[in-house]
Amino acid sequence: MTRDRTSAGVAWLKGYTITYLVFIYLPVLLLPIFSFNDSIYVALPMKGLTLQWWREMIAQEGMHAAFSNSISVALPVAFLSTAMGLCAAKALTGSRLPFSGLLTSLFALPLVIPFIILGIALLIGFNRIGIGLSLYTVGIGHVLICLPFSLFVLLSRFDGFDRSLEEAALDLGETPWMTFWRVTFPIVLPGVIASLLLTFTISFDEFLLAFFLTGSKSTLPLYIFSQLRFPAKLPAVLALGSTVLIGTFILVAIAERLRRQEGGTRS
Amino acid sequence: MTGSMTIRAGWLARTWRASPALRGYALLAPALVLLIVVLLAPVILLVGTSLMVEADPASWTLGLANYQAFFDKPQYVAVLARSIGIASIVAALTVLLAYPAAYFIAFHVHGNKMIWLIIITLPFWTSYLLRVFAWKLILGFNGVVNSALIFFGLTTEPLEALLYNSFAVVLTLAHAWAAFAILPLFVSLQKIDRSLIEAAQDLGEGPVMTFLRVTLPLSMPGIVAALLLVFIPTVGDYVTPKLVGGPNGLMIGSLIQLSFGQLDNWPLGAAISVVSMLVVTAVVCGFLLGLEGIKKALA
Repeated sequence: MTRDRTSAGVAWLKGYTITYLVFIYLPVLLLPIFSFNDSIYVALPMKGLTLQWWREMIAQEGMHAAFSNSISVALPVAFLSTAMGLCAAKALTGSRLPFSGLLTSLFALPLVIPFIILGIALLIGFNRIGIGLSLYTVGIGHVLICLPFSLFVLLSRFDGFDRSLEEAALDLGETPWMTFWRVTFPIVLPGVIASLLLTFTISFDEFLLAFFLTGSKSTLPLYIFSQLRFPAKLPAVLALGSTVLIGTFILVAIAERLRRQEGGTRS
Repeated sequence: MTGSMTIRAGWLARTWRASPALRGYALLAPALVLLIVVLLAPVILLVGTSLMVEADPASWTLGLANYQAFFDKPQYVAVLARSIGIASIVAALTVLLAYPAAYFIAFHVHGNKMIWLIIITLPFWTSYLLRVFAWKLILGFNGVVNSALIFFGLTTEPLEALLYNSFAVVLTLAHAWAAFAILPLFVSLQKIDRSLIEAAQDLGEGPVMTFLRVTLPLSMPGIVAALLLVFIPTVGDYVTPKLVGGPNGLMIGSLIQLSFGQLDNWPLGAAISVVSMLVVTAVVCGFLLGLEGIKKALA
């Protein structure tokens, strides 16, 4: 590797990247910091430390309901969209499928239409067929937007793997079904886990489609949105945001650990 | 009877085994059905609704009255134009801010690049709503910037100009969508064959010219992907203009929501959506065609 000619340039780049990281992190870190501030105003200097807002958050029943609503939407959405993405990725990377290029770009369609338009199109659709709005209709909308993410994560996993392994299993007399479970699936498993995590997070955090498609029940983002109007509720919302933040950090750390173990056993 | 059934079943099984394409389409079927039922059909209904002249869904008198109503209101058209403008600026700014960071990770981090990528994208796994809201805390009247300015004696009165304008919307969106720019930029930079850069330097190009003539053109697919991935969703964003935009930061998403909410004029809202969708498509196609033209002119 050639030595960098301009080490000053590299130092500048590194400095920039760190500044950029500060720009990215600062707003997010405000949430946990001010969730301990002993004042309902989010202003400097901070007044003192308190756990009052965290206690208030734990006491809010509407939040608990919204949280479990979000989980009960996001879990099935993650499994459904990953299962569909897995089938589609296997088909699209399989041999000699006519129009596979066209079909792949077709699946990206939900991403090139702004979500608000998807939301109202689905709203009109459900309205016309007479399906009442509920958490199910939110879930249907979420599967639609999660499918492209799942598919593209899995496609990249399928792309990298050696087809001759499947052929060898088939030649040795394994049925296509068992070949899938004993050869293909273990190889693409990290992609499946990545897809599950990604689609779960997308659904858990999605606001716009839920905003248009839910019935009387709130998901967590809808609940947070309804609380933002009341300044007095704000610090408890900050505590809630910090909880989501910490949960996410733990989830991503676990995913990264799994990914590394996977790499470790193979090398 | 049973004989012919088994023969038919046998024929089916044989065709099934002999045709990988058929098996492929069967695997694709669930996803394709979803796409047709949950995407295509509702979009067709959306276009249909936008053409309804009378509010009664049973009447099928079609016409362009709702489009007429949209284009007759200069303030509506101005909101759409501003949405396109804001989204374009946000896309350009987000990519510009993210590019050096992606470049640094791709070319100058030699250890674990993945850790850097995770650190840089971690905040984007948290609530979008709260990330947007955090900027309200930063820029607000009693917010972090104002209280810091007063605390350090730089101003006596809080500045009101920070929040509730297009600037706040652009800044917030450039922050909220950063991950959608960093990842494609990093992937395209990472893919570049390092020997091409070494070759340019061996042939006497300086670092700046090497970047402009080798690295930048080769990372173009990532730049284009990042621009589109940020531009398309931000045009229709509803949360950011609502929370930090104020009356002058109003975007088309707010207008669509209004037609379906308070105004209760679904056909008008559908017409606004269809117009926005067409304008977004036209802008994207225009941009891609322009890029092709530049590429041809340079070649």
